[in-house]
Amino acid sequence: MIPAPLVSIIYLISASLFIIGLKRLSSPATARQGNFVSGVGMLIAILVTLVDRAILSYGVIAAGIVVGSALGLWMARTVKMTDMPQMVTLLNGFGGAASLLVGSGEFLAAELEGQVLGADASVTIQLAVLIGAVTLTGSLIAFAKLQEVMTGKPIVFAGQKLLNALIFLTIVGLSVYQVLTPEPVLWPFYTVVGLSLLIGILLVIPIGGADMPVVISLLNSYSGIAAAMTGFVIQNHVLIISGALVGSSGIILSQIMCRAMNRSLTNVLFGAFGAQAAGSTRSAEGLTVKQMAVEDAAIQLAYARLVVVIPGYGLAVAQAQHQVRELAELIERQGGEVRYAIHPVAGRMPGHMNVLLSEANIPYENLITDVDEANSVLPRADIAIVVGANDIVNPAALEDPGSPIFGMPIIRADTAQRTIVMKRSMASGFAGIENDLFYRDRTYMLFGDAKNTLGGLIAEIKQELTAGV
Amino acid sequence: MTEALVVGIIVFTLATFLGYELIHRVPPTLHTPLMSGANAISGITVVGALIVAGSELGWISSVIGFLAIVFAMTNVVGGYTVTDRMLQMFRKERP
Repeated sequence: MIPAPLVSIIYLISASLFIIGLKRLSSPATARQGNFVSGVGMLIAILVTLVDRAILSYGVIAAGIVVGSALGLWMARTVKMTDMPQMVTLLNGFGGAASLLVGSGEFLAAELEGQVLGADASVTIQLAVLIGAVTLTGSLIAFAKLQEVMTGKPIVFAGQKLLNALIFLTIVGLSVYQVLTPEPVLWPFYTVVGLSLLIGILLVIPIGGADMPVVISLLNSYSGIAAAMTGFVIQNHVLIISGALVGSSGIILSQIMCRAMNRSLTNVLFGAFGAQAAGSTRSAEGLTVKQMAVEDAAIQLAYARLVVVIPGYGLAVAQAQHQVRELAELIERQGGEVRYAIHPVAGRMPGHMNVLLSEANIPYENLITDVDEANSVLPRADIAIVVGANDIVNPAALEDPGSPIFGMPIIRADTAQRTIVMKRSMASGFAGIENDLFYRDRTYMLFGDAKNTLGGLIAEIKQELTAGV
Repeated sequence: MTEALVVGIIVFTLATFLGYELIHRVPPTLHTPLMSGANAISGITVVGALIVAGSELGWISSVIGFLAIVFAMTNVVGGYTVTDRMLQMFRKERP
């Protein structure tokens, strides 16, 4: 046993290391070190808990640590960078599951020992269990949508909101009943757990695939708040502090994502965006797109001075980030400059596109992550290449007040001298609306899988260059 | 309300503000590693899991504790490792 004040001080040190770690994340130069510092904080917290609690049976604990670490290590080592949203979502869910289990464990322990739970303990246990359970099942549904094992379309049915409200009220009612009943009673507790798991599912199914960046951020926040609630249950400040840090991190990211789509959080969560065919006031009928031959595109790119690449989720799907880098290198070798304009909601989680481009060895200094800055660069660009992006370059967001995405900040691919759009087909984006950009005079389409199209371009440019020598 | 709860609420509120100030400075380039790193931090629930597993109140607490440790440790180890994997890819200039 260690004296209690000393234990508290050690926990404080570990919380401080988390804070220092997060602070170092404010620059790519110090971020890796920051992550390490944060990890040391975690190790200290785990070790002091093991020593302080004078735990007798290490068998179960050792087994849990070995299994969990092995699973975590395996996931972290094998996950593809394109699948990072799924991985983070799953880990969010696991965090929620841990809080749910710890809350339940404390409740059942009290019940077994015939303890009387105080109102404080009772309320915090209810909250840890509720938020933990919602995080768990909500994350599993988000995972299923991202992994495309279930439809990315919003699932809506009549009376959905009423049902959710009724379930929520039942949870609140049973929780109040439990707080007012001093002895732990099992049936209301189990009912609350079951209903909380159910409401997690019901809250996420009406949210469409395009809004997953917001959902992932929000679930991230929930997993933090659940951890903080667990901290209240076991009266441990390091859990409260860490949980609050993670909770605010997720909230900030959700806000950034919502702002990037010009939508409110309420609209994202309850609006079932993309459920109906969107009511755009314009139709593409009678308009035709121009296609460009790969050879022509190759020549133009080979002699461009400034090329801006605008990546979207299609790039991730096609795993084409390495081809983009190869194309950029060819252009740079010819004396041209290549920049990358990255919209905040490009990809399926905040910052996803930056990770993919970094994986392909593209220096982060070439990435423009601010929409306004990108738009000030684009008019100078000879060519803008849109790779697998759609809604984030749709001029309707600026010009068509009837469009569902009107008001969303977009990257003005249409202001470049020429715009080349790489796309699998004329299918519409997540938002399900027509994109006027494809029909503009200066826009040329290159249909096909992004990876193949880029591969074709690279081969053509190489041929062009050797022929020119 | 007990004093312990009030102190907890104070700590929670201040940490939320601190989190806001810290996270606000993280550039969009690092938002994905930020999330996975924050995920690892929320694995701090492992402390609670260890306490439940070590409480020796029969097989129920052992089973619940074991599962909680597995979930929380996956979070911790998976979160830190994958964050490190991503961050080592970020470079300023082309090698």
